[in-house]
Amino acid sequence: MIEIEGLTKTFDALVAVDDITLTVRPGEVLALLGPNGAGKTTTVRMLSAILKPTAGYARVAGYDVATQGDEVRRNVGMLTEAPGLYSRMTGREYLDFFGQLREIPTPERRKRIHELAEWFRMTPDANQRAAGNHKGALDRRLGEYSKGMAQKIALIRTLLHDPPVLLLDEPTSAMDPASARLVRDTIAQLRNDAHRAIILCTHNLPEAESLADRIAIIRQGRIVEQDATPALKARLLGPPLMEIRLAQASQNGVVALIERTIASNGARVQDAGDSWVRYSTPDPAVTNPAVLQALAASGVAVMTLSEVTQSLEAVYLRAVEENV
Amino acid sequence: MTSEAQATTTFSAPSGASPGWQRLRSAWFPVWVVLRREIRDTLRDWRIVVPIIVLVIGFPFLANFAASRGMAFVNQYGAALIMERLLPFLMLVVGFFPSSFSLVIALETFVGEKERRSLESLLATPLTDLQLYVGKLLAATIPPVLASYLGITTYLLLMGLTLNWWPPLSLLLVSMTLSTVQSLVMVSGAVIVSSQSTSVRAANLLASFIIIPMAFLLQAEAGLLLFADYTALWLIALFLVVVNVLLIRLGIRVFNREQLLGRDIDELNLRHALSVFWKATWPRNGLKALYTREIPAIIRGMRPELLITMAVILVGGLTVGVWGMQHFPLPVEAFGMAEIQDIETIGSMVTQSGLLASFSPWAIFGNNVRALLIAGGVALISMGVLALLLLMAPIAIIVYVVGQIGGVGFNPWLFLAVSVLPHGIVELPAAILATAQAMRMGDVILSPSAEGGGLDGILREIGHFVKLFVCVVLPLLLLAAWIEARITPHLLLNFLGR
Repeated sequence: MIEIEGLTKTFDALVAVDDITLTVRPGEVLALLGPNGAGKTTTVRMLSAILKPTAGYARVAGYDVATQGDEVRRNVGMLTEAPGLYSRMTGREYLDFFGQLREIPTPERRKRIHELAEWFRMTPDANQRAAGNHKGALDRRLGEYSKGMAQKIALIRTLLHDPPVLLLDEPTSAMDPASARLVRDTIAQLRNDAHRAIILCTHNLPEAESLADRIAIIRQGRIVEQDATPALKARLLGPPLMEIRLAQASQNGVVALIERTIASNGARVQDAGDSWVRYSTPDPAVTNPAVLQALAASGVAVMTLSEVTQSLEAVYLRAVEENV
Repeated sequence: MTSEAQATTTFSAPSGASPGWQRLRSAWFPVWVVLRREIRDTLRDWRIVVPIIVLVIGFPFLANFAASRGMAFVNQYGAALIMERLLPFLMLVVGFFPSSFSLVIALETFVGEKERRSLESLLATPLTDLQLYVGKLLAATIPPVLASYLGITTYLLLMGLTLNWWPPLSLLLVSMTLSTVQSLVMVSGAVIVSSQSTSVRAANLLASFIIIPMAFLLQAEAGLLLFADYTALWLIALFLVVVNVLLIRLGIRVFNREQLLGRDIDELNLRHALSVFWKATWPRNGLKALYTREIPAIIRGMRPELLITMAVILVGGLTVGVWGMQHFPLPVEAFGMAEIQDIETIGSMVTQSGLLASFSPWAIFGNNVRALLIAGGVALISMGVLALLLLMAPIAIIVYVVGQIGGVGFNPWLFLAVSVLPHGIVELPAAILATAQAMRMGDVILSPSAEGGGLDGILREIGHFVKLFVCVVLPLLLLAAWIEARITPHLLLNFLGR
């Protein structure tokens, strides 16, 4: 659905995007992470055929971004970094305008606007209707919208023509938690569509982790890491980290016992306290039962054994720092 | 939420519509959508609507008041004709003001959207560059033209009702045409400025390059109206139509959606700018390479401008000269040929004409240098058009004078050979080179950076102009001036002796 090969963009002497290669298959969400100015927006602009690549090649929904820009734009829904609305239009007029530019026939356009507005809770609710207020947010001037509402309208604009490729730049920025949750649910639902490919640019790492099938980290225009989240964690943060919490503190010899038990599996004790020990192991399925058995045989009571969650943030920071 | 992708829905055409109609509709429908949105947006902005209403309704009342008082004043002295000739000028002014104010719409067209960050979502739609540009251009054009018509109509109604003055149809037609084409030229220019600027502030600053020439033109039109010279006014209208076509074509050519988003900062890097200018100006490999490689390369690069310059000055100069010859024949006495007895008389005739302070090589040289430098300067603000006109003028004068000489019994070809050719053969190539390069400077202002335009391009072409001027044009002009002051008078005396 999205194939990128050696894509490069330069502005005079500045290399904004440097030889990136990526693939996003139908039904997949790729999160593009990176610091400000890393080249995310430039990449997305090239994929939506707004900017022409200086070198390399990108095919979106089967169309070449350099030579078939009109077709690419027809098949892409792009949520821009800033909503950039026309403040003197109402929400409905604004969506109608973009629907017309997308050549959606009138009845279908109206139906789509209504459906999406309802989904994003922008139509009057039952209480408002009962009170005689039939005008929802959609009939207010866009200049009166809050940041979150503006973002919702921009998202509806992006989804209006039901595009097979979605490029979402910071979709939940400026949204309150409830609205952000709604947007995340929407993306999750869109992901279920086996025909749709989504690229999600975000600084919200938990969001990326929960929504994306794969992560690509971009720094100074280059993709420095890309893989599924667990694989990235394993590669950058090492093997899974396990933590044993003991029922009683200050038990001598426990660390040495665990070290002896796990040494043959390539695992290592990383840290220890009075009543806890942390060890990393490439194969928890083998190591963990062995450790529990050894501790039980020695009469050490174990309260819990669990994996220490390693966040995507740690992965991201490691990737970015390693490539400085 | 539906899950099926259906991105390529097509807009339904009327039943039974031909494929041609469908193509036309699908090409123009997006233009119409953009146009409608923009117009609606303009009409909702009270900061634009209120001043325009004041200008199209309030200002005509003021003009009418001034006209009534003026009429009453001049009637006291039996000079009603003066005011009658000024009434049409007020009509032009009444049409000009709202359209010039409406320039803010055109100046905001692209760069305003860029600043409000709404442009990117528009650029991400399937609109083609041409559809977007034409839609925006039409949206910026319609309000000023309508405002202009409305202002003129209000003024005419007031004049008719209060002073019983109704303009003749020919005057009304030429005034409406001028108002229309002036608005179109200003808007076309402003839309180009808007599509090439990095900020609204920069666009507003550049707008003076549109307003000032148009204000001068309005003054010229006032003079022509005073003399009731409608033919000249129609010629101005025709000229403006040509300029407008050129501007629209240029605007479409240089419009680039990538650059609209790509440039963000109005930063002037003086060191870099000076370096570009210096590289283009200073000879890099000594004097020999300058004349064998660098200057020939500059001349090769401006071949299209050279061809245009030669074609325009020859065809235009000949046409205007012959037209003048036919319409304004001079009596024999006007030439004073009999008075020319020696070199001093020729010198004093030239100085008395006011063309030169003294008839010397340096005076002639200084005059020619000044004229070509002015051509270079005005080329920058007129895309080279005014430079061409400046060079066309002396050619037209030569044709006119030579033609008149023929009319009073002298051999015009011989006169041309002795009075113009000796120095003209050196001076004309110098003038053509300078004008062509001046035109190139004008062109480059409106070229996209990717095609050698932008600030670097302008500085490079100014550098080439300086190099060409100092190393080629000045020596040729000096030689031509010496021939003109020292040799041509002798040849002329011999010619008159025959």
